[in-house]
Amino acid sequence: MSRQSVVVVGAGPAGIRAAETLLAHGIEPVVIDEAARGGGQIYRRPPSSFTRSHRTLYGSEADKALAVHEAADALRARIDYRSDTLAWNLRDGTLHTLKGHGADEIPFRSIIIASGATDRLLPCPGWTLPGTFSLGAAQIALKAQGCAIGRTVVFMGTGPLLYLVAYQYHLAGARIAAILDTSPFGRRITAAADLLARPHPFAWGVYYTLKLAAAGIRPRTGITPLAIEGTQSVDAVRFRTRAGREEAVACDAVGLGYHLRAETQLADLAGCAFRFDPLMRQWLPKIDAHGRTSVKGVYVAGDGARLLGADAAEIGGRLAALAVVDDQRGGAGGTRADALVRQQRRHQRFQRGIAHAFPLPGAQAAQLPDETLICRCEAITVGELRRSATGLGAGELNRAKAFTRVGMGRCQGRYCGIAAAEVLAAALKVDIAAVGRLRAQAPVKPLPLASATEVRP
Amino acid sequence: MKTGTPGQIVRLKELDRRPVTFRLDGRKVEALEGDTVLVAMLVNGHRLRISEFGGDPRAGFCMMAACQDCWVDTAAGERFRACSTAIADGMDLLTERKDNA
Repeated sequence: MSRQSVVVVGAGPAGIRAAETLLAHGIEPVVIDEAARGGGQIYRRPPSSFTRSHRTLYGSEADKALAVHEAADALRARIDYRSDTLAWNLRDGTLHTLKGHGADEIPFRSIIIASGATDRLLPCPGWTLPGTFSLGAAQIALKAQGCAIGRTVVFMGTGPLLYLVAYQYHLAGARIAAILDTSPFGRRITAAADLLARPHPFAWGVYYTLKLAAAGIRPRTGITPLAIEGTQSVDAVRFRTRAGREEAVACDAVGLGYHLRAETQLADLAGCAFRFDPLMRQWLPKIDAHGRTSVKGVYVAGDGARLLGADAAEIGGRLAALAVVDDQRGGAGGTRADALVRQQRRHQRFQRGIAHAFPLPGAQAAQLPDETLICRCEAITVGELRRSATGLGAGELNRAKAFTRVGMGRCQGRYCGIAAAEVLAAALKVDIAAVGRLRAQAPVKPLPLASATEVRP
Repeated sequence: MKTGTPGQIVRLKELDRRPVTFRLDGRKVEALEGDTVLVAMLVNGHRLRISEFGGDPRAGFCMMAACQDCWVDTAAGERFRACSTAIADGMDLLTERKDNA
């Protein structure tokens, strides 16, 4: 592998468009993707033997999904495209990968990290009970496996996905017990001006809500989750209404999520500078309009960079690729990049609307009962985390992690980190940005034992 | 355990696939070709594993290989992530580890 090489991590909308743009400029990138088939999570594909059409699977986004899939398949035939491959470390200009038990090291001159996002989660008592899944998981079950997460489902949390997944379940014939949204409805009205920056998804959002309402499914907004209840699996969800009354809904499954959090571990391991994004209420890599990070040769694109959604991820992937081309050849942008940057601004305005309409209810996380499990991996409670701040003097997240192990488990803080910051900041009575962020550690995901020993230097 | 009741996950679409036979805690059960191990186990039951911290049942969470809450054991002592592994004929899967460690 030559030092001239360019690596793209991730084969979602951002990674695919990045790789395609590089190829169009005469640079053959190596593409690394964890999935068997390109498309990423948003356009996740079922196994090739499944028969549902793109229209059925991706609805209003079918044409875009198809285009990304076709581009991924075309790339696969032409370049070094490694599916089912985990990028688990990035150090000194080298990407470390693992496919099955086969470890590899890829030195690169430039790398575009298009690692996407996961659901953003806040815990609630009982959220580890079987039958509770992330909203993204609820959607993946349907899209990639043709299944529902239960017979009678509650969708709880906030964000556009809450309504989209509920609508998709309704269409597929699943029973929806309730949609419980922590965001008050009024915020959607005040966000409308920004949301109209992209009339198409805005209109679809309204359409889903009306369709669900016509079927008798009316979202409860401004709620506070109290508990997911059951003994061996989910039996009910208890919540407080906006008016302050306690209610329970019987169900056998819960789809839970609060919009998205960026996957930023590889950028962190590369040494990229981060900044706290008050709008998305999380730490994101510092980048310029094209996706250049603070580290030479390292670029980020898509939801792993900015959480602007799938359409913007395609733009971001193209922009990062053009930046690589310019930087390797000493160019200075160009009209194509300028046009893409202008398009991105519309997505940024829409994102402002989404963030306003569906804010992370950080205060709810800060008020969780002490006995709530915050760490799913190692069953550590909110109370233990609070005591690390008040009793042990943990003034920031990594210190609290050392004391409590919150963020040290197998998920590396992906599902506790957001809430841990809220809990810690509230316990210390400081601004959320002041408690910092959990630092990434290699391997970014657990490796099978044999592989870890094989690759140890 | 809700024995006697169907599983956690419910099939809605793509029902016309070849059946796959595997063992779940010693019991012979069926899934469909193309199922992930997670789906195959949860259409037949309500849990994937018992948490080694606290001993409560778990059934996965994110289905996108991020949360690591769905690592399952085979009778032969292998371990893998149920959400990102395909079910195959003859798999012998356990929701409770046999070892005495």
